[in-house]
Amino acid sequence: MVTHDSNTQHISAQFDHELEEIKARMLEMGGMVEQQVSSAVHSLVEKDPDQAERVVSRDHDVNMLEVEIDDDCSRILARRQPTASDLRLVLAISKAISDLERIGDEAAKIARQSITLCEEGASPSGYVELRHIGNHVAGMVHDALDAFARLDVDMAIQVAKEDSQVDKEYGSAMRSLMTYMVEDPRVIGSVLKEMWALRALERVGDHACNIAEYVIYLVKGLDVRHLEISDLIAQLEEK
Amino acid sequence: MTIQTHGIDMEALGRQPAQGLDDAGLALKVEGLSLFYGGQTQALFDIDLEIPRQRVTAFIGPSGCGKSSLLRCFNRMNDLVDGCRVEGKILMDDDNIYDRRIDVSALRRRIGMVFQKPNPFPKSIYENVAYGLRIQGINKKRVLDEAVEKSLKAAALWDEVKDRLGDSALGLSGGQQQRLVIARTIAVEPEVVLLDEPASALDPISTLKIEELIYELKSRYTIVIVTHNMQQAARVSDMTAFMYMGKLIEYDSTDQLFTNPGKKQTEDYITGRYG
Repeated sequence: MVTHDSNTQHISAQFDHELEEIKARMLEMGGMVEQQVSSAVHSLVEKDPDQAERVVSRDHDVNMLEVEIDDDCSRILARRQPTASDLRLVLAISKAISDLERIGDEAAKIARQSITLCEEGASPSGYVELRHIGNHVAGMVHDALDAFARLDVDMAIQVAKEDSQVDKEYGSAMRSLMTYMVEDPRVIGSVLKEMWALRALERVGDHACNIAEYVIYLVKGLDVRHLEISDLIAQLEEK
Repeated sequence: MTIQTHGIDMEALGRQPAQGLDDAGLALKVEGLSLFYGGQTQALFDIDLEIPRQRVTAFIGPSGCGKSSLLRCFNRMNDLVDGCRVEGKILMDDDNIYDRRIDVSALRRRIGMVFQKPNPFPKSIYENVAYGLRIQGINKKRVLDEAVEKSLKAAALWDEVKDRLGDSALGLSGGQQQRLVIARTIAVEPEVVLLDEPASALDPISTLKIEELIYELKSRYTIVIVTHNMQQAARVSDMTAFMYMGKLIEYDSTDQLFTNPGKKQTEDYITGRYG
């Protein structure tokens, strides 16, 4: 079990510093990506193409951050040969940043749909469900990162639970958008774009869920990927 | 023959991860072992441990934690220390090796030992390996030739010395000397090979050769290794025991111990934190 201060107090203070550094940079990247998702959803709902453009151009910075942190991780692996919780921290960060980068990509996808929707006219749905799901998944990303920062397994489990909720909301939003297309074929183009944006948000939820799973791996040393939530909880209780 | 595809050793890919206790029989069983030096100083406290057959078991821990003392108990090397007293049992095939009836030299034939500093005898390479067999009374040249070649091959030294078996063993490099000592140890076909810091006096390449050798040897012998080098324990062993202040703190499969140890003390030691 890893505690809050366990990434410190190595005999090598430099090693402490290196681990703190990659963790801090991952959380910085997380904050940036969270902002990207919120801005992308905001640009779509508020029909703000300028904001959407900014999201698209900032995606490059997110990508660069992933490359840099990955570089730091491989340097630590090569030079320090971390073990136990240190090893799990480096592995968890290395995996988490790849999910964060994908969340960034999804945010950029939403922003691109937002730009076209602004140019070609909005979807008739009023984006009620999109706004709701957008807030929901942005909250999940936030909580997953929070759980990572605080090594909070309960919060990580909560994020994993939210993911199935998001999947349900996504399903119902798709059905309601379908009715718009059935009612008026002229809106098919714009509704499809909204559907793409929704799909991207649903994926953001999946990535947040992955990050939550890495938190459980980091703290408990337990690989809980590809488990139903009930099995996940059962395994944790066994531990 | 090594199969190479795009420069990748396909055999190496097929290597198994470290093996646990599950399917292995027991080579040695330690029960309630305590060791005292000179009356009151206690070096080992009530150790219980099972060493699986044909696996590599590593003992790690800080200096003075008792890992070498424990290793020496396995072939009764501590008998040579004045005032040394052992309580508890070490069972090998259900026989307590500390039983009065045990013939210690016979025991040491079954449980060989290699030390930190290579200690070849000032004899030829051939005679070093043949030595153990000669003192067993084996003098037939054909038998000795065969045993020397087999042992040197098993110790991955044959190709380097086959043309100069008559040369002095002291002319070999440190890494070669250590492999020669291992060849000498396995020439008498022991069941268990104890290695006390076998690579700590060697350069990195020789160290890797010894580690590779350990991997090869475990298909025939039970290996118990003491090492200061934690990464080495992680690389070569199937089971790892972490000792601290004469006590066995944690004993588990190496994979488990190095990725998710159960005890905080183990975690602190292997990650390099203050204990």
